[in-house]
Amino acid sequence: MDLLNAFIAVLNYVIVPATAYGAQLALGALGVTLIYGILRFSNFAHGDTMAFGTALTILVTWAFQALGISFGPLPTALLALPFGILGTALFVLGTDRVVYRYYRTIRAAPIYITMVSVGVMFVMTGLTRFIIGVGEIKFDDGARFLITAREFKTLTGLAEPLAIRSTQAITLVAAGLVVWALFWFLAKTRTGKSMRAYADNEDLALLSGIDPNRVVMVTWIIAAALATIAGTLYGLDKSFKAFNYFQMLLPIFAAAIVGGLGNPLGAIAGGFVIAYSEVAVTYAWKKVAMYLIPGWEPESLLQLLSTEYKFAVSFAILIIVLLFKPTGLFKGKSV
Amino acid sequence: MSFLDASEMTGGYGAADILHGCTLKVEKGQIAVIVGPNGAGKSTAMKAVFGMLKLRAGRVTLDGKDITALSPQERVKKGMGFVPQVNNVFPTMTVEENLEMGAFIREDDFSETMEQVYELFPILREKRHQNAGELSGGQRQQVAVGRALMTKPKLLMLDEPTAGVSPIVMDELFDRIIEVARTGISILMVEQNARQALEIADQGYVLVQGANKYTDTGAALMADPEVRRTFLGG
Repeated sequence: MDLLNAFIAVLNYVIVPATAYGAQLALGALGVTLIYGILRFSNFAHGDTMAFGTALTILVTWAFQALGISFGPLPTALLALPFGILGTALFVLGTDRVVYRYYRTIRAAPIYITMVSVGVMFVMTGLTRFIIGVGEIKFDDGARFLITAREFKTLTGLAEPLAIRSTQAITLVAAGLVVWALFWFLAKTRTGKSMRAYADNEDLALLSGIDPNRVVMVTWIIAAALATIAGTLYGLDKSFKAFNYFQMLLPIFAAAIVGGLGNPLGAIAGGFVIAYSEVAVTYAWKKVAMYLIPGWEPESLLQLLSTEYKFAVSFAILIIVLLFKPTGLFKGKSV
Repeated sequence: MSFLDASEMTGGYGAADILHGCTLKVEKGQIAVIVGPNGAGKSTAMKAVFGMLKLRAGRVTLDGKDITALSPQERVKKGMGFVPQVNNVFPTMTVEENLEMGAFIREDDFSETMEQVYELFPILREKRHQNAGELSGGQRQQVAVGRALMTKPKLLMLDEPTAGVSPIVMDELFDRIIEVARTGISILMVEQNARQALEIADQGYVLVQGANKYTDTGAALMADPEVRRTFLGG
């Protein structure tokens, strides 16, 4: 029984939240890795693209709520998501037109374009805060839980609760669908294949008659969609705060690099590696330890790092990977 | 007029010219080979024919039409196929996807052409679901040639197709190239292995410092004691 309780505690406090968080990171890292692979630079504005997309989605959500439109048990934000994606896609295409395109035509070195993306990041940060403010916004509605702690306890008679929030389930389902659609697109469609060809060998792609402008455009649209979906899912699961999205840049980049930059499969694996490590390292294992070793009451919380330092985990993993396996777990490009 | 007629090409990458009035001609269904010492401008001449180099003088015509002003992509649409010396496949894509990308500009059904490529290079059919980057050097060259054949070119240009492959594979590649020529496709090829290449050449060009030094049939060049002594090692 104690063993079961320990397992439920780990499930409730580590595995369930980390899986949802991992899926959100994976979606973010997919966008970063796609831009790195195809447009060949590290996009520092990706975190703020997520914030911008989420802010637009929230605005549309509020409009729907004011009009009395709801999505039943599902959050209204999911209905608003396509509009958020559309707005964000238009915005990043505009950014590409006025900013990135110039650096692409003069064939600037990737590091220059990366620095340019830092500038874009600051502009987007300001714009997002200007539009929606700096405060914390909760925008999830609909059913709160798939299963509540109380229901679980009465159902199983266990001492430990297990609660699964509907946003966590939605995150997983949505992330699964998005990843499936993306891989299908890249593997099966003519446009998807031409994007991979362009990422593989730009010169040969041009020789084969692949239109680089089209590849760039589709890449931006997909990156905007991934960013908006990742941001909205994260916001639904936790809450929306512009600064948090800026901070997410570190775990997202860590995820993309751990997996292997430019490799979509790696981005997903990397997202989960980072999420599980972050949550496991910052979780207080005292309760689990007490279940597993009867009669032992640890004096400390058995928490390796306090949650304020959670970003140190991504940073440490990032450095370890860069030192020992710069191409990442899957075959990616070396940074 | 020859099928490909690149006359008096003069130009280079920067201020200095690499080509000095170089002339290359290929007849329909024939094989023309460019040989010469290192730095003679062999690859540059080929790139000039394909439009990857701006010419200061000279003109290029294909099938009687002047294509001097066209970009490489436009020349592909006019019937040129180009196989670069290196980086000539998409390494993380399968063999079949490489061929599909070769046919990217075609809007008709290209399955028949793919079938012809598989018949020409049976090993590619066997490996069609394998990534091109995982193949051996010789197999990768076959993918590269196959990719270029997917647009059904009338002129196929090969930049050192046998670079870095074993002598056995080289012989096999040359056999395949002869087969391609027999289907009516003209071939312009730069080769490091001058002796073997001239053996299969209908027309041979020996370039020195960006200009034609000797021009004759492959057999005649092989028989020329001067060419043998200076370029073919006796």
